[in-house]
Amino acid sequence: MSSATPSARPGSGSFTPPKAITGVSTFVDDRIGAGNFLKRNMRKIFPDHWSFLLGEIALYSFIILLLTGTFLTFWFEPSMHEVEYNGSYEPLRGVQMSAAYASSLEISFDIRGGLLMRQIHHWAALLFVAGMMAHMLRVFFTGAYRKPREFNWLIGLGLLTLAMVEGLFGYSLPDDLLSGAGLRITQGVLVSIPLVGTYLQFFLFGGEYPGTDVIGRFYSLHILIVPGILLALISAHMILMWVQKHTQMPGKGRTETNVVGAPFYPAFMVKSGAYFLFTFAVLAGLGTFAQINPIWLYGPYTPADISAGSQPDFYMGFLEGSLRLMPAWEINVGGYTLALSVIIPALVPLGLIMTGAALFPFIERWVTGDNREHHVADRPRNNPHRTAIGVSAITFYGILWLLGANDEISANFHISLFALTIFGRIAIFVAPAIAYYVTYRVCVGLQRKDAEVLAHGVESGVIVRSPEGGYSEIHVDPDEDIADHVRAKEPIPTLPAEADGDGIPPKGLRGPLGRLRAKMSRTYGAELVPLPAKNGHGAHGEEEPAAVGAGEDRKELH
Amino acid sequence: MLSPAGERADAAIASGKRDDVENGKKLFDANCSSCHGLNGQGVPGNGPSLIGVGAASVDFQVSSGRMPAANSAGPQAPRKAPPEWVTPQAIDDLAAYVQSLGGGPTRPTADQVDPAKGDPAKGGELFRANCIQCHNWVGAGGALTGGKYAPNLNQSTPTQIYEAMITGPQAMPVFNDTTITPEQKRDMIAYIVKVRGQTDPGGSGLGRIGPVTEGLVAWVVGIGLLALASIWITAKKRAKK
Amino acid sequence: MSEKENTGAPEERVPHRVIGTPQPGVRLSERPGGEPETPGSLPGGVHEAEPGTGVIYPDPASARRAERLVALLFLVAFLAGVGFIASYVIFQVGDIDRTAVSNLALGGTMTIAFLALASGLVVWVRRIMPKYNLVQERHPMASDAETREEVSKVFVQGAEESGFLRHKLLRRTLLLAAAPLGLAPLVLLKDLGPLPGDKLRHTVWKKGLRLVVEGTGQPIRAADFNSPGGILSVVPEGYEHDLNALAKATLILIKLRPEQFKSGTNLNWTHDGIVAYSKICTHVGCPAALYEQTTNHILCPCHQSTFDAADGAKVVFGPAARPLPQLPITVDSEGYLVAQSDFHVPVGPSFWERGDAEAEVRGNA
Repeated sequence: MSSATPSARPGSGSFTPPKAITGVSTFVDDRIGAGNFLKRNMRKIFPDHWSFLLGEIALYSFIILLLTGTFLTFWFEPSMHEVEYNGSYEPLRGVQMSAAYASSLEISFDIRGGLLMRQIHHWAALLFVAGMMAHMLRVFFTGAYRKPREFNWLIGLGLLTLAMVEGLFGYSLPDDLLSGAGLRITQGVLVSIPLVGTYLQFFLFGGEYPGTDVIGRFYSLHILIVPGILLALISAHMILMWVQKHTQMPGKGRTETNVVGAPFYPAFMVKSGAYFLFTFAVLAGLGTFAQINPIWLYGPYTPADISAGSQPDFYMGFLEGSLRLMPAWEINVGGYTLALSVIIPALVPLGLIMTGAALFPFIERWVTGDNREHHVADRPRNNPHRTAIGVSAITFYGILWLLGANDEISANFHISLFALTIFGRIAIFVAPAIAYYVTYRVCVGLQRKDAEVLAHGVESGVIVRSPEGGYSEIHVDPDEDIADHVRAKEPIPTLPAEADGDGIPPKGLRGPLGRLRAKMSRTYGAELVPLPAKNGHGAHGEEEPAAVGAGEDRKELH
Repeated sequence: MLSPAGERADAAIASGKRDDVENGKKLFDANCSSCHGLNGQGVPGNGPSLIGVGAASVDFQVSSGRMPAANSAGPQAPRKAPPEWVTPQAIDDLAAYVQSLGGGPTRPTADQVDPAKGDPAKGGELFRANCIQCHNWVGAGGALTGGKYAPNLNQSTPTQIYEAMITGPQAMPVFNDTTITPEQKRDMIAYIVKVRGQTDPGGSGLGRIGPVTEGLVAWVVGIGLLALASIWITAKKRAKK
Repeated sequence: MSEKENTGAPEERVPHRVIGTPQPGVRLSERPGGEPETPGSLPGGVHEAEPGTGVIYPDPASARRAERLVALLFLVAFLAGVGFIASYVIFQVGDIDRTAVSNLALGGTMTIAFLALASGLVVWVRRIMPKYNLVQERHPMASDAETREEVSKVFVQGAEESGFLRHKLLRRTLLLAAAPLGLAPLVLLKDLGPLPGDKLRHTVWKKGLRLVVEGTGQPIRAADFNSPGGILSVVPEGYEHDLNALAKATLILIKLRPEQFKSGTNLNWTHDGIVAYSKICTHVGCPAALYEQTTNHILCPCHQSTFDAADGAKVVFGPAARPLPQLPITVDSEGYLVAQSDFHVPVGPSFWERGDAEAEVRGNA
């Protein structure tokens, strides 16, 4: 419970740290001068919003992956050498399998905690990628990728791609029938690449598919190389965030030149520690109550067999969907083959999304001409085009992901497989367009709602009856925090597009590309719902149009 | 759930007792002939010919309730509760009659379908080679074309599994006894029965269909719970009066 | 506030509880107000916007109540932690059911321990630690103009001192020296694998090699595989466990009625209605293993490429661009199914060097 008047610090007498702490810190400071660093950083302020913790899901999942993964390395054998199984799992006794598969069975059934560690490890991999995606979307929709954070945005995209690849390597290691199907598809995609495809396949697999090398190679990539790069990039990501300070949500007293919130020591670090433990608790809970990757049910890998309903882990689902939706297309010219059925789905959706995401901060700057630093986040509704682009991209990704499970949907809901696929082929173009339009209108509608709250106040739930007999509801002023939060809407900058006296447009806006740029700028920054100026009334029952203050708060920048 | 009719030796059918066949014909005329013809020769557009399908087909289709088919024709006839007139005796009679029409695969003996006598490990290898592409690793079912699907095997009795293999119902292919021997079929039955009844040591099996449900749970439960946790941690306390 | 309700005119009645917002006048957080002034500066480089608003402690009684809750949660975490260690000792593994119990015990105690500890920490932060509204100044990220100038000057000076600019031969030969060393890591990777050669064009199938049932290794008499609508997964004799061979040589063997065959199937390569197709899908290589005997569709479960088994396995739906290659089969002197030769076209996914092998075969036919 807080009170309007601050209370004194409880138990405030003098407290001196014990000798153990002072002794050690003196020892250390004498040698590395840690005091300077601590003075600047101990009370570093971190702003508070629930969505700012989403990135921590990914960070803590990564740490848990390292811990559980290390456990697994003590028993896993990354070898494709064929053995005959004679272990604890009866339905596979006497079956030929790779040593990798056999050691994974041993971890599951013969090592205490082995199954738990395997399951937590795999759930953590899923949450690692999912957390990154949730975090990435938060950063996108709040515009937190803008200057000075473009480096972090690019590092983040690199982390996401690496994490997906790391997951692919990881789930292929047990060499079971499900992940082996994925390996086969990897080989098929590799081989389709023009000019170098067959060479790439022979180099990766050490010869013909599946060979005896690939699991071992995936192992060194999975436990050493990729985690090393991930660690380096995550460190860079964190250091940049520390140095640039976190963005904050708009509100009272929050400006582009300050950070308002709680200090690192003691509050933020305890909150972060708690969130790490929550992440661990959720992962442990999943590892206890939700079975994942039951390799003993899948059986060992052989390229001769496959199961119905073979899908990769969710983050590969959109690639799977692309491969399923693509109609047949192959071009044979002069004795060479271009397998477009494979090349297009493998490269185009991923390329579109990743390239679009990577270039977005720079394209946005090109369109708005905005080269200022941004430290206050945007509310998504206040930039309708950006939000619509984001939702449109999610829809595109989502249709592909959904159709990656088209056979499961067909079997469970008794829908024709072919009809579902054809629906997907159409939806992949139509749905993002619809999503764009709908999102844009929703954002504008929400902006209108905000303007109305400021102009007319909030409904109070008290109805009054006038002497003439009409009913109306009393509105009261919104709370100041909310009003400030709403009013902190920053106008989207646009490029000045007026021609000078001689009719020549400004530099950078000439020619076809320049005219396109000017048009995009006008559209992107169009202010459809200006906010009303501050006034103090509230108790009116009638509706009036919010037409005040049109145009003055638009800024134009070079 | 009917007791599997194949548990009893089908000596009656082998010896072709007249009473069974005659009773069977009566049942057939009453319940089957409208789609399959009065002599089982089939009615184009309604039901295929039953000449040569054998007692095994009848036992499979009728004991699982697939036949008599429902009035509305979907892409396939699914398993459903059999009508009341279907008793083990009724199935025996019907099977005897249809067998008399043109021979065909007979029903397996109880011994032939006893899971305890099969080797699940060997059966698993054959199951993975020939069955899981339609029915999935543990027989959870899968999609076919045109709205058809390979059903899950959770409710199939050992006899029904055997009979399905030798008769190839609807879209399912035929696995006759000369290429997959009766012993090998029994091994496969032992594997199916063992695996479907097996504990899921890692927690809930989530349908045993693989990464699709796992991804759903990761997002809904995992991210959902953690989003709630983050809301709790950062929620601003409301001022109390 | 609540006493005011029933007095005064209706229009002046202000409700004491507003839907969706807290009471007017009582704020969600303390208000820093306007531009931050210097008052309220605190150690650590932070300040308060208004003195006394930055760090607000909860009242001691409620903090003590919270402490009891936190202590309880930490105690639960302790017990769960001990429970974890005990579970490890008590519950053994070695079969499915014991593994299930062990997993539940170890995982359950771990979950409770983490959850309780996390919750305890959160209650501590929210109800024992103060509410903060501290402000820290940001500085522009860019270094100031003076610094940039100085750095720039030093850079140029150092470059001149080094002689890098003046001595062109030095510069060029340095880059020359570095180039092969940069390439060296790539060069070292060449022996990762052999060159493909023409390996992708051939499988192990050859004249006289017997077809055997996958999983049992038994050869197949044509007379035994005599039920129309039957299929088998088939591998070459002797290669039942050779995964490299299986990755290209696995077959789907189908028995059709001879009158069902259409023009796309090469009847010379069939025997009495039995036809053999490559099971390796021509899309990206999954086994195209599903078969519907009513429609004669071979369906690949990975991406739903569908082939007509009666018509030379030509593609009827899905992303595969080429039919499944047909293996020429016949019977040997004992009636067992054998291959006549290898496939006449490369099996499996398309690759750059493949070319339109089907057209070449048609051209030669």
